Amino acid sequence: MDFGFCLSPSSHVKMDSVDLTTFNSLKETNPDINTCIACGSCTATCTAGNFTEMSFRRILLMLQRGKEEQAKKMIQKCMLCGKCTLVCPRGINIRKILLDITR
Amino acid sequence: MKENILIIGGGAAGMEAATQLQKLGQTPIIIEKSNALGGHVAQWDRLFPAFHPAKDVVEQMLANVKGVDVRMNTEVADIQRNENGFKAVLSDNTTIDAKAVVLATGFDLFNAERKQEYGYGIYNNVITSLELEKFFRTGKDERINNPKKIGFVHCVGARDVKVCNTYCSKVCCTTALKQACEMKEVFPDAEVYTFYMDLRMFGPGYEDLYLRTQKDFDVKCVRGRVCEVSEDMDGRLVIKAEDTLFGKPLKMTLDLLVLMCSMEKNKSIDAIQQKLGVANNSDGFMQIKDTYLGMNDTAKDGVFVAGTCTAPKSLPDTIAEARSVAVEVFNYINNR
Amino acid sequence: MIIEGKQKIWADYQKDIPDDHYFYVRSCIRQAFWPGSEVTFLDITRNKLGKDFYENPYHTTCGGIAYHSDTIPQETAMTIIARQFALMKESGYENYVCSCITSFGCYTETLETWHEYPELEAKIRQYLWDSCKKEFVKPKYLAHASDLIYKFRFEIAKQAKFKLVNVKTGKPLKVVEHIGCHYSKMFPSKGFGGAEYPHVLVGMIEAWGGEVVDYPERRHCCGFGFRQYFVQANRGYSESNTHKKFESMEPYEPDLIITNCPGCPYFLDRWQYVIAEQTGKTYGKNGYGIPALTYEEVAGLVMGYDPWDLGLQMHQVAIEPLLEKMGIPYDPKKKYQGVNGKDLGQPMCPSCIKSV
Repeated sequence: MDFGFCLSPSSHVKMDSVDLTTFNSLKETNPDINTCIACGSCTATCTAGNFTEMSFRRILLMLQRGKEEQAKKMIQKCMLCGKCTLVCPRGINIRKILLDITR
Repeated sequence: MKENILIIGGGAAGMEAATQLQKLGQTPIIIEKSNALGGHVAQWDRLFPAFHPAKDVVEQMLANVKGVDVRMNTEVADIQRNENGFKAVLSDNTTIDAKAVVLATGFDLFNAERKQEYGYGIYNNVITSLELEKFFRTGKDERINNPKKIGFVHCVGARDVKVCNTYCSKVCCTTALKQACEMKEVFPDAEVYTFYMDLRMFGPGYEDLYLRTQKDFDVKCVRGRVCEVSEDMDGRLVIKAEDTLFGKPLKMTLDLLVLMCSMEKNKSIDAIQQKLGVANNSDGFMQIKDTYLGMNDTAKDGVFVAGTCTAPKSLPDTIAEARSVAVEVFNYINNR
Repeated sequence: MIIEGKQKIWADYQKDIPDDHYFYVRSCIRQAFWPGSEVTFLDITRNKLGKDFYENPYHTTCGGIAYHSDTIPQETAMTIIARQFALMKESGYENYVCSCITSFGCYTETLETWHEYPELEAKIRQYLWDSCKKEFVKPKYLAHASDLIYKFRFEIAKQAKFKLVNVKTGKPLKVVEHIGCHYSKMFPSKGFGGAEYPHVLVGMIEAWGGEVVDYPERRHCCGFGFRQYFVQANRGYSESNTHKKFESMEPYEPDLIITNCPGCPYFLDRWQYVIAEQTGKTYGKNGYGIPALTYEEVAGLVMGYDPWDLGLQMHQVAIEPLLEKMGIPYDPKKKYQGVNGKDLGQPMCPSCIKSV
């Protein structure tokens, strides 16, 4: 009989155990990844983002919150059209960073 | 000692500095390139945070500045330093000897055409914050035709490396909310949206304005930067942004889009500034001597600065700086 | 719309472009999609305008199709490009013009990257030597083929036999222009008119008598996107992007779409059939689609080339209504004949969208 007893998994982002290797190595060649202000311009203009979950802004967050696999999966939606790089107010070279992540 | 002080610029900073210097027994001379005192404030209708008429402030300042030698429609054509201070040649060929110079040359509004994706100058219903103030003052603008949906875009020409302006322009956030409320006053049936990245309500009463904007005026604040504007068949504007809090791209049709243009340094003073040897900082504004204790000083002896020529500032900040520059100049003259 | 505002931007984004002596490289997919386009470009520039456009038989793909599908690394793509530049040098040319937009983007990106990171250029130089024993020189000038047609648009207009005008009504045709993403979105200063309001195709439309349609989703990508289309699971996104564009342009009732990219005309053309099959909706009048042509095909039509020599029978969307609007004579019997009169066989025609 199921009484409904269970231990719910924690929904916290476990910042103590997040593996930042990818993000940190990315940061070495692309120091501007730290400058994102999450304005959403990249996502708003994204061709792929119109029909998928693709959002560069969130990819950067995923890499910093231990969701690297999720980030890499999301990148597959990118079409490398370059519009995000055009609109980024921080001048982040998004196209290059996406290529570097999947490298 | 009573000395001539050359004040370049007859906006809020220049007028207030002249007022105080006159009270301190000096002889300020204002050089103003346009045909009126008041600068940008005179073009504004009402001021944040409490919707105070700009006209009242300007009129008070004009009354205070009475008796000051003001040269309207005049620019400084040349300036030289000599053993007595400075010798300035004006555009009307008169000369002025002064002990000290106060640069109160203010700002230029960012040219919104440079943000091509917003279509200012291409799409009829895209206007600037300054043009909206003019509408509030005069009630006239043929582009504002009983709009049902209005959008405000923050940070146009600010915090944007693509136009080489990485700084925050400080006052546009509060101005946008003020103007959004005013639009609701004029057009109560309209839906008003603002598109922001951060709402920087830094001054007394500003956060209250934000609260009123939401509560009393029902203005909707969307956290996301508008990245593209286009026009549909009826001449309405189609905008795209990401609703970053919802995490989805957003598309909306508007009747009017207001661009909150940033402040840039007034570049018409560059030649004179160069002659005085005053450098610019990395944001393109004039370099002050020290952030905390030398905000009115430049690296050059006898050359002082006040107001938005050194950074974007609110009107109260500008007036405070104009008053402090008067004290600085007074001490400079008396300690020489 | 305030046209003066656009003109101001167009004046800001002009580029000085040499008017002769080019090393021409083809696109890897256009010859299959639109076999008449590149031939027509060479015929117009060489024989109608008297220019020197050289084509080296040993040139290959630029590698962009694999690079953008994420199957080869950037260094490989750069080495392929380096080899193309070596062929240009060996042929005695300094100006380089490519037929494909993605090639143009790859070449521009490569040159800019080498400029920023000279050590990478040195590495690629070594790779090219190791693999091919070749040495390259960077082109003095890099152009996209549509830049050249843009540059010569008034000369083409002078030789024109037809205009982008409806001969029955005398009104200009309403033309949608669609720019390939890699033309100027990555490097706005490299394209005529920049990235937001490109002038390269607008200039042609206006010079040849048409009226440009500016609709809300004008800047939106066609949705080809390489891995969007190539990966089966993503094809829906590709189609959806095209659908989005057609829904947005539909109220303007365009007569024609001009493109300057290999993929865009293909997908803007073929997806119209797929959309018709799925939804029953067509975007032209009376069950027809909206023809999506390459700029060379449009230049060819304007200059009086035979529509079937231009390869217009390769379009899914029937071209005949456009020919009739422009008053261009054509022989329906020759539609499916090869250059030497050989019968190519007639394709099956769908019922959801008119094909003739």
